[in-house]
Amino acid sequence: MKEPVLELRQVVKRFPGVLANDHIDLGLGKGEILAILGENGAGKTTLMNILYGLLTPDSGTIRVRGEPVRFTSPADAINLGIGMVHQHFMLVPVMTVTENVMLGREEVRNRYFLDRAKAAAQIRTISEKYGLAVDPDALIQDLPVGIQQRVEIIKLLYRQADILILDEPTAVLTPQEVKELFVILKSLAAAGHSLIFITHKLKEALELADRITVLRRGRVVGTVLPAEASEAKLAEMMVGREVELVVDKAPAQPAEPVLQVEDLWVAGEQGRPVVRGVSLTVRAGEIVGIAGVQGNGQTELMEALVGLRAPLSGKISFLGQDVTGYPPRKRIEMGVGYVPEDRQRDGLILPFSIEDNLVLNTYYQPPAAQRGWLNRQTIRERAEKMSEMFDIRAGSVLAPVSSLSGGNQQKVIMARELSRPIRVLLALQPTRGLDVGSIEYIHQRIVQARDAGCAVLFVSTELDEILALADRILVFFRGKAVGELLAAEADREKLGLLMAGAGVAA
Amino acid sequence: MSVEPQGKQEQQWVVEMLSRSAVPLLAVLTGLLLGAVIVIVTDQKVIDAWAQVTSSPGALFAAMWASISQAYQALFAGALGSPYAISESLVAATPYVFAGLAVALGFRAGLFNIGAEGQLFMGALASVWVGYAFSGIPPVLHVTLAVLAGALAGGVWAAIPGYLKARTGAHEVVNTIMLNYIAFRLSDWLINGPMKRPGWVPITPEIHPSAYLPRLFAEPLRLHTGFLLALAVAVGVYWLLFRSTLGFEMRSVGANPQAARVAGINVGRTFVITMALSGALAGLAGASQVLGVDHWLGQGFSAGYGFDSIALALLGKSHPAGVVAAALLFGVLRSGATRMQSAAGIPIDIITVIQALVIAFVAAEALVRGLYRLRSQGKASAELFTRGWGR
Repeated sequence: MKEPVLELRQVVKRFPGVLANDHIDLGLGKGEILAILGENGAGKTTLMNILYGLLTPDSGTIRVRGEPVRFTSPADAINLGIGMVHQHFMLVPVMTVTENVMLGREEVRNRYFLDRAKAAAQIRTISEKYGLAVDPDALIQDLPVGIQQRVEIIKLLYRQADILILDEPTAVLTPQEVKELFVILKSLAAAGHSLIFITHKLKEALELADRITVLRRGRVVGTVLPAEASEAKLAEMMVGREVELVVDKAPAQPAEPVLQVEDLWVAGEQGRPVVRGVSLTVRAGEIVGIAGVQGNGQTELMEALVGLRAPLSGKISFLGQDVTGYPPRKRIEMGVGYVPEDRQRDGLILPFSIEDNLVLNTYYQPPAAQRGWLNRQTIRERAEKMSEMFDIRAGSVLAPVSSLSGGNQQKVIMARELSRPIRVLLALQPTRGLDVGSIEYIHQRIVQARDAGCAVLFVSTELDEILALADRILVFFRGKAVGELLAAEADREKLGLLMAGAGVAA
Repeated sequence: MSVEPQGKQEQQWVVEMLSRSAVPLLAVLTGLLLGAVIVIVTDQKVIDAWAQVTSSPGALFAAMWASISQAYQALFAGALGSPYAISESLVAATPYVFAGLAVALGFRAGLFNIGAEGQLFMGALASVWVGYAFSGIPPVLHVTLAVLAGALAGGVWAAIPGYLKARTGAHEVVNTIMLNYIAFRLSDWLINGPMKRPGWVPITPEIHPSAYLPRLFAEPLRLHTGFLLALAVAVGVYWLLFRSTLGFEMRSVGANPQAARVAGINVGRTFVITMALSGALAGLAGASQVLGVDHWLGQGFSAGYGFDSIALALLGKSHPAGVVAAALLFGVLRSGATRMQSAAGIPIDIITVIQALVIAFVAAEALVRGLYRLRSQGKASAELFTRGWGR
């Protein structure tokens, strides 16, 4: 390591019942990119919040450029040149790039008047220096996610931060945008900035970082150089055991069509059609994956299929029956299983117990209820069985799901959907934000459902997941299926091109 | 998964009950303490003693002590000091229980029923009409019909904003307030017109004795069967909320309407049903008051039960048991206040101020927790109450 700009010694942070950070040692050198790799719940976020002054450690020391420091608020961290790009951007959509960048540190002239021109000029200088092409006068809401992220980075550089922390920065980006981001980050490091890059994606850590520090259960398991590491080794360090990175499955044996969609048009939030003439068929015993960059109509398509969004036109049939106008409950009863994209908003009622969430769509039927009264005893017994079968880790089925980790929350949803007699499973980003262990588990469950004769249609923005899980792949671009390939003939390059719209005539 | 031994579970239950009631109880305590301060600083004798504080400081403290001990003794005597006092407190608590349950039920489904007062008026009007307009019906049947009429009227009145919300998204706060105005003026008109008893006074005819909610004890104790009905209804609401599939739907919609919709629950239908049930409970508050106590209906008879019930549901944390406890407290304060005024010369308004303080402390839970150094348990309950707005 070169001259250290940031050092952590024996940092400990306890929460009631959890040792979130257990004597963490960490060093970041000048001009270095350090990847911090860990599963959800490994203590990454806690560590970042400590570095950014949002949390105070219980013990241990932090040194910035050799000086011991004690942060009590993010302002302290900012003053020491530490900046953070959050996973969810902190931008005001209706304001321009310049206004967002100035926010909190406004340029003024004559004491009272904002000097936008001066700030804009500075932004131009910064963006030219590091290849961050951004128009200072554009409104944030008109910019794609990848550019918004650049604005976040510019914000930090504008505040003269030279230690940058990026929390899962690639989660929202297309493969192309990820490449561009990496170029930018490397040029920042070359210019002497030091970067901490938090991720749970092994590939990215290997590709970008100078060193990789792996966390597990609040502890540093080890620090490795990318040249000496492999994906398998990192995964093992992260999870603590060997992990299967490929999904183990037999070739699909597609049978009769279960779900048929004909020329479906669906409007998005703004009222414009975002699904534009989609036709597809999913058969029993096959897994169809929809690949595509987020926001190309996948979410709206799935919501139309489960009855949450009325289509503008077109036809949805399920087991040969036209269900286009059916409400969600009717489809659920016919055997449609649904794993929503935002599990905390759409899939779970966070303050409710695990057992109540497990019967969220069957609470009114026997055996959960009889003549309008809940069978508490039966609900509990079944919940206990299900959480054992699906490996939901919680003290009791009476615990609120808000107390579970993301992986266990997703298992609650999977358990709920897969223990009903469903004929088709519709899953949106079924493993988003989950750790390697949980991803492996959820994938296995989906393959099991397929082998039991269930039709599966899932959406993912992660190419690896599409390639690993799907038997057949549809690529979405601007509301249309622009390509269809068998998993055997697909590879990252082909998919990447199709996702970027290369298959469509302009 | 291991099941915990029964004994431990019960213990946990007790601990949980205590920790959940800690804030409301401390809020009541703080309210009474601040009330004492107000009693002291507004008492003329204390002010006079303050003038001589340099010559006889002891007299000041004596005057202060006399002032609050007199006030709270009178309050206690008036509320709980005799069988009659207890009966009066319970009589006052009865409409509070019904109306508090009405608002609490709405809260559970994420609905802010500000219209309990109007629904209470509609219930009282319907009950009183059934009570005086029909005669010759056997007593038990007559009073049952009168009670049901009250519940029905309140329910229909509240279902209107429920339906408007489900169909058009119109906010129930606005529409329940508007329907309050209509209910008030409608009752004014009815009592001055079609329902006016012969003579000069704008009140309705007296109901037939067969429509009375029977008294539980001999005169002068006014405690009536409506109080028992209120307790039974509270148990019923508990079962509805926590044991029935309908209650499951209400709580799901209240806690996360989006997830409820995804799970196949008809959110609009749940809004309408919840509002109707909430209104029926408010209607029962009006029914119990006219059938059990007044036996006729005059203008402005309610004295704000419906509005107080919003505060009461907050104090009771929208739990039926909490609502009953809060209603008893309000009943005690209300009937004790009368005695406090006559015996100690403390204006009834002080009680209103104390009630307001208690509610403010419950609403500003963090303040109470900070004051008594209680650990926070997260914000699950805070969310429940704020959901009615700006959705």
